[in-house]
Amino acid sequence: MGLIYALNGLYFSAFLFLTALGLSIILGVMGILNLAHGSLYAIGGFVGAYLIGLLMAQGSAPLTIVAALLGAVVAAGAVGFILETTLIRHMYKRALEYQLLITFGILMLIEDLIKLVFGGESRYASAPCDAMGSLDIMGHTYSVYSLFVMAMALAAGLLIWWLMVKTRLGIMLRAIEMDREMAQAMGIPMRSLTITAFVIGSALAGLAGALVVPTSPAVLGMGMDPLIMAFIVVVIGGLGSLRGALLGSLIVGLTRSFTIAYFAELEMPLLFLIAVVILIIRPQGLFGQK
Amino acid sequence: MLQILNLQKSFGRFMVIDEVSFSVKKNEVVALLGPNGAGKTTMVNLISGHIRPDSGQIMLDDKEITNAPPHVRISMGIARNFQITQLFEELSVLDNVRNCIFSIQGRSGRFFKPAFSYGQATEEAMDILETFHLEKFASDLAAGLSEGDKKILDTAMAFSLKAKFLLLDEPTSGVATSDKFKVMDTIITAIKKQGTATLIIEHDMDIVEEYTNRIMVLAGGRILADGASSEVMENKEVKETLFGVMD
Amino acid sequence: MKKYLFTSRAACYLVALIILLSLPRIISPYHLTLMETGLSMAIMALGLNLLLRYTGVLSFGHGAYFAVGAYAVGLLSMYLPEHFTFEKAMLAAIVVSALISALFGFVCVRHTKIFFSILTLALAMLLFALLEKAYHITGGSDGIRIPIPPFFGHEFEGMRRFQFLCGPYYYIVVGIFAASTVLMLAIVNSPFGKALQATRDNELRAEMIGIRVKRYRWYAFVISGTFSGLSGGVWSFVNGHITPEISNWVFSGEIVYMVLLGGFMIFEGPIVGAILFTYMRLYAIATTEYWMLIIGATLIFLVLALPGGVTGGLASLYNRLRPKRAQEALRE
Repeated sequence: MGLIYALNGLYFSAFLFLTALGLSIILGVMGILNLAHGSLYAIGGFVGAYLIGLLMAQGSAPLTIVAALLGAVVAAGAVGFILETTLIRHMYKRALEYQLLITFGILMLIEDLIKLVFGGESRYASAPCDAMGSLDIMGHTYSVYSLFVMAMALAAGLLIWWLMVKTRLGIMLRAIEMDREMAQAMGIPMRSLTITAFVIGSALAGLAGALVVPTSPAVLGMGMDPLIMAFIVVVIGGLGSLRGALLGSLIVGLTRSFTIAYFAELEMPLLFLIAVVILIIRPQGLFGQK
Repeated sequence: MLQILNLQKSFGRFMVIDEVSFSVKKNEVVALLGPNGAGKTTMVNLISGHIRPDSGQIMLDDKEITNAPPHVRISMGIARNFQITQLFEELSVLDNVRNCIFSIQGRSGRFFKPAFSYGQATEEAMDILETFHLEKFASDLAAGLSEGDKKILDTAMAFSLKAKFLLLDEPTSGVATSDKFKVMDTIITAIKKQGTATLIIEHDMDIVEEYTNRIMVLAGGRILADGASSEVMENKEVKETLFGVMD
Repeated sequence: MKKYLFTSRAACYLVALIILLSLPRIISPYHLTLMETGLSMAIMALGLNLLLRYTGVLSFGHGAYFAVGAYAVGLLSMYLPEHFTFEKAMLAAIVVSALISALFGFVCVRHTKIFFSILTLALAMLLFALLEKAYHITGGSDGIRIPIPPFFGHEFEGMRRFQFLCGPYYYIVVGIFAASTVLMLAIVNSPFGKALQATRDNELRAEMIGIRVKRYRWYAFVISGTFSGLSGGVWSFVNGHITPEISNWVFSGEIVYMVLLGGFMIFEGPIVGAILFTYMRLYAIATTEYWMLIIGATLIFLVLALPGGVTGGLASLYNRLRPKRAQEALRE
């Protein structure tokens, strides 16, 4: 049974990892705590659910999944692009309060825009999950889709790692993260890179949202909890750190899974307590700098 | 009287203050000279409590303050100004000084009556502003002053703490040359009236000559010379270190 | 010169008070309850601004102390009904919120700006999670119903809630609001208030003139949290029902919105913002199902175009008109 809890924990960690990584990249490279990050998760979810609904009737399962994920990633990335170039770009020099408030406003705006575009009802998109069937693991049935999600998260993580470590783009992004002024002085194209960072971060959130809808319908407000959870992961793991996002999501995911199994009531309070304790004794998180 | 005994401070591998001992008595005005990076500002930070030494002692009137937090040192009678001005920019010039007065009166925590109703504190603050010729700016925001006036306000604030030992870090840098002597006259007269022991970091030798009678030279973390101005300035090593002059 | 300002401000306050007290004769009972909500939020907004404007730190989790105050009242009514009087309820709200904000504040003030904000948010969410999960004690997400208590021995037997709210309770709310405003004004202009502003402007210098920066920030936090607790206590009777949502970060975000809407640079700004926001939110909800779009868009506009808020905008408008009037006066 413990194995199943562990697998559940890893499954949950997969979503946390994607969302938190996105938040962390934005926070690390741009220094902006994006309260609307959950909205991008929701956009990914709704676009994904919509595409699955559209395509499942006609095509095959694998094609549907690929199209849905791609569509969600592109949609979330596009919205992120629009947000950065129209609104967020004005906020870098402004005080923290204003940054938090404008992203708070964007959160509310997008929430209702989703309602406007997709309507207020929940959208079910379980077809891909059903199509993948289930496995027998040590006497317990476990859905293959969950393993697929973990694989996707791992793949995305490796992609980002490769991007950050092996490509020029990634190196420049990390340079900005480490010392913004220095990066600017060195002639790094700040505008295009900050936009890129925001788009990548948003796309990751969108991916997470799209991955969740085959198991849990797209509903209004679906982005709120993931935002808070991603936030906890970033606090625990450390701002701007990929390793931190990985470790943080593992800690949070596994803790959540085991707490739900044994002490259901404690789940959320325990997670926030851990976040508070980390903020007190090691505010920069496990892998953060400064 | 301020006493420094075998003070030592390193930053990583660099020994910035190396077994330094000296004392400054009431009524003394001592100049602290030395090349850049010699440790003068570190010394000021150690005495004012911004940083703690690795070893050694700092005594004020025979009471140990080596590791005391800044607010304790202030209440015991140490005050400093800042080389790069540090003001309360969004408060009025009067408030800047009056906050200091409230602080040493132990009244900073009073939250009932409005600040302006404390007549005695306000009067005292205005007196100090008058002494430093800033009274016409009393209700202006500190941010609006000229750089030179800001420097003077910074020093006025340090002075208003009625310290037994005053640390002045380049009080005239940034002040217009034509005003330097006027500013120093004001400061020194006020200091002499209270008999405050004073340590001044200064690069302008004219100022040093005119206003101080004792010079300490700090170089490489050690005190190279400490004595009457005339003697110290004849010292060969001192001249080499400070001016690069070789006989 | 400052005494003069004091007097003209006092005159404005008197006029405002008279207007507030006359409102029951002018506006509908429904609007009176709206005003009650607005005025109780104003108390909390003033508390938040003590930290934001005067101490220079942003708390993004102030709903926690509002919730503590409200739940102190609620739990008192549930578990000690024989002690449930208005006086004791208010006392409970004030004392418990002071204690909790002292505890949370002690932890928070040790940190610099952004971690301070994050920590306040995390603590508020911790409280939210606890309130929700402790179903058996707090009623969980169902919340607690707040009955009308006796006031200084006077029972409001037989009076329906609505009548009560539009009648005697309105004056009580105005009274508490007025007292809180005057108290906060005193605090802000006191030596303590000036010391706080000093720590905001230059922490290093404040330290070096003998101000204990972290301690004073902590005092400000406790005062601010207590104002919020009082606000929650007062509001709990207006709403008649409390849920853990008030400790959720979204509500805390709305409080910050109120303060910035009114304008945080001017003392009375948060009051204006709180009342304005209460009306805005309600009209938005009543007008369209996409009210969040309106609130969100207004917020974005505010941040980009009017960072000084309503009072800030009015002040700069006044300043632009004033030089002309001075010139005209010279010509005459």
